[in-house]
Amino acid sequence: MATTNVTAVTEDLDPSVDELRSLYRQLVLIREFEQAALDLYARAQIFGIAHVSIGQEAVPVGVCSALGADDYITSTHRGHGHCLAKGADPGRMFAELFGRAAGYCGGKGGSMHIADPSTGNLGANAIVGGSLGIATGAALGAKLSGSGLVAVCFFGDGAANQGILLEVMNMAAIWSLPCVYVCEDNQYGEYTPKQAVTAGDLGDRAEALGVEVRRVDGMDVLAVRAAARGAVAKARAGEGPQFLLCETYRFLGHGMSDRDRRYRTRQEEAEWRARDPIAGAAEVLRSRHAMAVDEAAIRAEVADEIRQAIESARAEAFPDPEAVSRNVYAD
Amino acid sequence: MSTLIESSTQVETRELTVAAALNEALREEMSRDDRVFLLGEDVGAAGGVYKVTDGLYEEFGAGRVIDSPISEAGIVGLAVGAAMTGRRPVVEVMFGDFLFLAMDQIVNQAAKIRYMSGGAWHAPMVIRTTLGAGRRAAAQHSQSVHAMVAHIPGLKVVLPSDAADAKGMLKAAIRDDDPVVFFEDKLSYREIGPVPRGEYLVPLGQALVRRHGRDVTLVATSSMVGVAMSAAETLAGASVEAEVVDVRCLSPLDLDTVLDSVRRTGRCVVVDEGHRRFGATAELAASVAENAYRELVAPVRRLAAMDVPVPFSPVLEDLTIPRADQVVTAVNGLMAWER
Repeated sequence: MATTNVTAVTEDLDPSVDELRSLYRQLVLIREFEQAALDLYARAQIFGIAHVSIGQEAVPVGVCSALGADDYITSTHRGHGHCLAKGADPGRMFAELFGRAAGYCGGKGGSMHIADPSTGNLGANAIVGGSLGIATGAALGAKLSGSGLVAVCFFGDGAANQGILLEVMNMAAIWSLPCVYVCEDNQYGEYTPKQAVTAGDLGDRAEALGVEVRRVDGMDVLAVRAAARGAVAKARAGEGPQFLLCETYRFLGHGMSDRDRRYRTRQEEAEWRARDPIAGAAEVLRSRHAMAVDEAAIRAEVADEIRQAIESARAEAFPDPEAVSRNVYAD
Repeated sequence: MSTLIESSTQVETRELTVAAALNEALREEMSRDDRVFLLGEDVGAAGGVYKVTDGLYEEFGAGRVIDSPISEAGIVGLAVGAAMTGRRPVVEVMFGDFLFLAMDQIVNQAAKIRYMSGGAWHAPMVIRTTLGAGRRAAAQHSQSVHAMVAHIPGLKVVLPSDAADAKGMLKAAIRDDDPVVFFEDKLSYREIGPVPRGEYLVPLGQALVRRHGRDVTLVATSSMVGVAMSAAETLAGASVEAEVVDVRCLSPLDLDTVLDSVRRTGRCVVVDEGHRRFGATAELAASVAENAYRELVAPVRRLAAMDVPVPFSPVLEDLTIPRADQVVTAVNGLMAWER
């Protein structure tokens, strides 16, 4: 289990109490959002296909904390955490999950397509590996326009076996594009364990193209944050694409219908759960700052925020039937 | 007869090849809008395998005319991301056959981002590519796949058939806010035609009556417009006046111009170089039958590429592509039809 060759934390060993509390709150926000989504799905109040990232929260929170508001991200089918960490409003996200007009995609995207220009979120993508080109293209655009922005591409270990990753990282490398590839290695591509379908080490693939790789404990938000800060700074400075290989774990199944998880043991799950990123962050707050974080207070505050978000989303109207033909083309 | 019956009878023109007309369109749009950039295999110092981008690398530099690796999925994917974030990419995919390598990026990404994001993002980009057989290039370099692309909502599909349209429609495509797949007939690049002087655009989604006639409507696309015009000349010698409608775009499709013509002539032959089954001719013929049934005095006929991969040997290849004599035969069959 666990992490190979965790990159040494080279900077920012000591974020402030406020920063730590903010990171902690975001971890909790993603967890509570997804727990609520699971509950709503179980009660048939949200529809279709949704995938939760419970257990993986440290990656989006750590990475997005290293980004500016205008920097771009692309997300995956397991994208709630990325959207929230980049600043999306939970109410509009729930509205989208409920298929309402007020949702981020006007009810046309659902869980797998949440996009938000106001936070630089180029969109979650339901094709595994489908956003690799988009993120790299955003980085190309940033370079051509001289905007100084960075594009972060979140993708899973499953997507690393899509050929387009090699194509776009090659181009990012030859043109020194400001793109940060963040591989969320959660050990499973859908229902299949990584080692059954993946040759070699994923980071080695990037290294073979001359892309700098940081191997990170993806259960540790501070480790992710430190590595992301280094990678983003280098990408922004024109030093070319960067690769973060974050070892993490999906506590639950691939999707809402994957309940029995016969392809792995409960013991393995328990071992990873013992490294829960939220508990880990709380422990840092306690030990490093000798303070009792109001964990319970933060959790209660977040739970309340989620409750209100759901309530307001549920009160929103469904899309006007005429919307079905809108947004196919520019009008 | 001018090839620009409706739009430029008064306009001063000069003769350009289709390749030169496209080159002029790219140069003008790159000069006008610094967001426009070119991306593709061999488009830079080499000037493109068909010389469409000739001289642009020298004029605009490596930052605007970017030689890409042979990575169709990657370059189209990059174009989507660059377009979403404010650039205006024009990608060259050397052969239409290679679009399949990039199909996820075209169909699942470029075509859908506007819709599935509820209009939050969109991808204004152009993919220039080719169609057409006849170069003895065999099955992987000769396909005409425009109908397959036109099947997907969210994409625009443009099919210029002469130099003037090549220029005016490419400029319009670059300015368009939707992803456009722009199919160039690879046999037409060296063909010469009158191109208006000065800047002009040809709006997307307007079919053009290339020749007027009262007896039958020949609805043709791209490479088949010339075949239809040639058939019309032959028919005129036999006192059959054929009207030729150049469809020019499959999406948006100007069905009104097609139907107007068919309602006047009562007869329709559709000619297209894509495969016959589930192809552009099927769509056009069905639309004519659905909408102009009362005015038709004979069934709609269609001529398309045979449903075989394009063969190499000239003797075999020529059998697969619609010819003018087949159009004439089809028209004569319709003229003999009695309702």
